[in-house]
Amino acid sequence: MPSEAMASPNAGFLVLALALPVAGILLVFLAGGRYGRGITLTLVLAGVGIAAAIADGVWRTGDALTYLAGGWAPPLGIKLRADGLSAAMIVVTSIVILAAGLYAPNEFRVAQGKSETRASLSFWVLLLSVWAAMNAVFLGNDLFNLYVALELLTFAGVPLVCLSGSPATLTAALRYLLFALLGSALYLLGAVLLYGSYGTLDIGLLAAQVRPEPALWLAIALMTAGLAAKTALFPVHIWLPPAHSGAPPAASALLSALVVKGSFFLIVRLWFDVAPAMTGAIAGQILGAMGAGAIVFGGVVALRQTRLKLLIAYSTVAQIGYLFLMFPLAAEPNALAGGMFQAISHAFAKAAMFMAAGLMAGVLGHDRIADLRGIGRALPITVFAFGLAALSLVGVPPSGGFFTKCLLLSASFTAGQWWWGAVILAGGLLAGAYMFRALMPALANSEIPLTLPAPVSRGREIVVLALAVCALLVGMFPQRPIELLQIGRVHLSEVAPQ
Amino acid sequence: MSIATVFGICAACLVGLGLYGLIVQPQPLRKILAFNILGGGIFLLFGAVARRGAAAGMGGDPVPQALVITGIVVAFSATALGVAILLRLFEETGGTSLRDTPKESQSQETNS
Repeated sequence: MPSEAMASPNAGFLVLALALPVAGILLVFLAGGRYGRGITLTLVLAGVGIAAAIADGVWRTGDALTYLAGGWAPPLGIKLRADGLSAAMIVVTSIVILAAGLYAPNEFRVAQGKSETRASLSFWVLLLSVWAAMNAVFLGNDLFNLYVALELLTFAGVPLVCLSGSPATLTAALRYLLFALLGSALYLLGAVLLYGSYGTLDIGLLAAQVRPEPALWLAIALMTAGLAAKTALFPVHIWLPPAHSGAPPAASALLSALVVKGSFFLIVRLWFDVAPAMTGAIAGQILGAMGAGAIVFGGVVALRQTRLKLLIAYSTVAQIGYLFLMFPLAAEPNALAGGMFQAISHAFAKAAMFMAAGLMAGVLGHDRIADLRGIGRALPITVFAFGLAALSLVGVPPSGGFFTKCLLLSASFTAGQWWWGAVILAGGLLAGAYMFRALMPALANSEIPLTLPAPVSRGREIVVLALAVCALLVGMFPQRPIELLQIGRVHLSEVAPQ
Repeated sequence: MSIATVFGICAACLVGLGLYGLIVQPQPLRKILAFNILGGGIFLLFGAVARRGAAAGMGGDPVPQALVITGIVVAFSATALGVAILLRLFEETGGTSLRDTPKESQSQETNS
């Protein structure tokens, strides 16, 4: 592989994408929570530029960007690699992180003359940590490096759950941590088995060596099971609803939009890059069936919720199901694009939704769905953004969710596996039903007009709206992203043995 | 039986014990300890792989040792985080059970 042997010309951006958030963590620690917001927003703005530069580099060269740490090539050295999938996810991550940073300040601001609280420091450090860990997951090309990145993501995500420190959130965080630890142990066990069989953990080198044999199947099965526990795939989703609904809104948005996608991204790497031709039909069907179970179960349970944040959290359980429908359809070119589109559009829509729910709960002092009457009059922009995000999750054209379902539906019919198409359509109906249940009271008039306890910052409402519009735009201009997602994949399929 | 095989069998036993404890034990502290036993098994397996010279066929392989050290650090941090949350939970509620879900979270599932 001559083109991969040396570092790409503008590979320095890959290093910056990792170094910038880590430098930010240290800076916030040194400067304290009072300056957390300023430091974070400056760095994240730069980070959006770096993400754009990486995507631009991948787009222009038409090939993956690579960087060899210290100039050492694998298997001895460590390679950073950004293909189309990574570039797209890095851009999405930086946008969601920026939105969370812009949205959060009110909750985590240190007032003049007051001493800073634990949460005001922790939030900014954890926000930067999630960003660093996500970039490490997307850029890593070595399974052990990816293990460390995955653990960083867990250690950043778990404290986000219990920022408020209440007993309910502590229980949720501990449960989340235990599931995540089981997941990472299984992942590491699989990585050890792969190293024992093939003597390398570099994804490119592994792809050239793997053979369909029991050791490979066992390793992939262990790693997939572990990652599924971290992604909250049905039936190991039970940690997710209390964890995601109990966290502060900005943290919920990060957890639902980004953190679960990190472990999902690694499953994609395993199934499409490490062992592309060797994941048998049955294994794919099992993963798909779990995804289908998630769509139906998550949708039905979301319908029965009385609290808005729990409804949104169960909707995440259901939406994660769509991500896994790409595995039984892996042979279809549309399936991978459909799954990744789901990851991207769900990231925008769900972040918008949790933040909108946070604004509503902030005004009302509760998030009981039945008592949302009048909120549409009080916070029109927020409720409008919530509605836009809901349209994307339901899959109404021209949203990102619609485009996702289109790709997955066409893949399922061309593959002759119509049953996945039926699940996709049923899931869309369920999503429509539970979103209607949440929006109907929000749009209803109340006899007594709501009096806002404090004016809601227009800026925060606009951040939420911008995220919802992003979810919409993904569906309106899908051509470029689809081409971007394919970049760097041809190479791998050439390397892989038939 | 070669020494690598003995290590491998011990590792498998530890992994089995750890998995059993992590899934069956109801108390969080025991689950955290079980995770450490499971981790110990995985690191030992990595050691056995190193002893065997992995797939490269060398007499010994230094790479797994470097990875095991990193893995131990990660497992240590995970344990510290888990115990810290557990202690905080004990301070807040006076108990460490995950069973009695506080009413705020309202989740239907109580089995963890």
